[in-house]
Amino acid sequence: MTKVVTYIIGFLAVLFAGYIMIVSPPDFLIYPGLPYLPFLKRAFFVLILCAVMCFYRVIKGPTSPDRIVAVDMLGMLIVGFCAIFTVSTGRSWYIDIGIAWALQSFITMLAFGKYFEGKDFDE
Amino acid sequence: MNNIIGIIVISVGLMFDFFGCLGLVRLPDVYNRLQASTKCITFGTCMILFGMFICAGLTAAGIKALLCAAFLLLTSPTATHVLARAAHKFGIKLSGIKVVDDYEETKN
Repeated sequence: MTKVVTYIIGFLAVLFAGYIMIVSPPDFLIYPGLPYLPFLKRAFFVLILCAVMCFYRVIKGPTSPDRIVAVDMLGMLIVGFCAIFTVSTGRSWYIDIGIAWALQSFITMLAFGKYFEGKDFDE
Repeated sequence: MNNIIGIIVISVGLMFDFFGCLGLVRLPDVYNRLQASTKCITFGTCMILFGMFICAGLTAAGIKALLCAAFLLLTSPTATHVLARAAHKFGIKLSGIKVVDDYEETKN
């Protein structure tokens, strides 16, 4: 019974988020007067919805590797966010942030792998 | 024309990102979640970066986006493999609907 209620609440939440994203995206975006601004608004809201799902997994995840996977995915979403910022503003230094974030995310994953295996860092 | 093709590619990438995150919420097990997250990274984010390259052309930003996509394609399967192996050694059990666990059998 509680499972059915949870499914209904989740379905309504996804419908509401889809309505906000696709039909009427809110109007607080940063650079008005860009080309393709409606598409960019919807792209930002899709990425924000994905980030909310990742935060759900970070908070609820039963074990610690779940949380690490969700944090890794959050980093990749931020790389995509930087790429769309580069398209929308035409300033090329946003993608530098993306490259640096991808690199440090990879190193973080390797360090957490070593930590979960229970080895030292120089083995 | 380049902008329109790039925006279509970015839309495909966003779709992969969304379904990958939905898999992260819905799937029962850390290994299944790793699988969904790798699809999200390699297709979603690399598609977004490639669409950004198509939009920006052969400028500095476009070349940097291609470099970032190549780096992600090299590193994200490695990181996922490391994390799956580490989770297995950490003692995370597979979910109840598992069929076979060869790694556990060969370890003993």
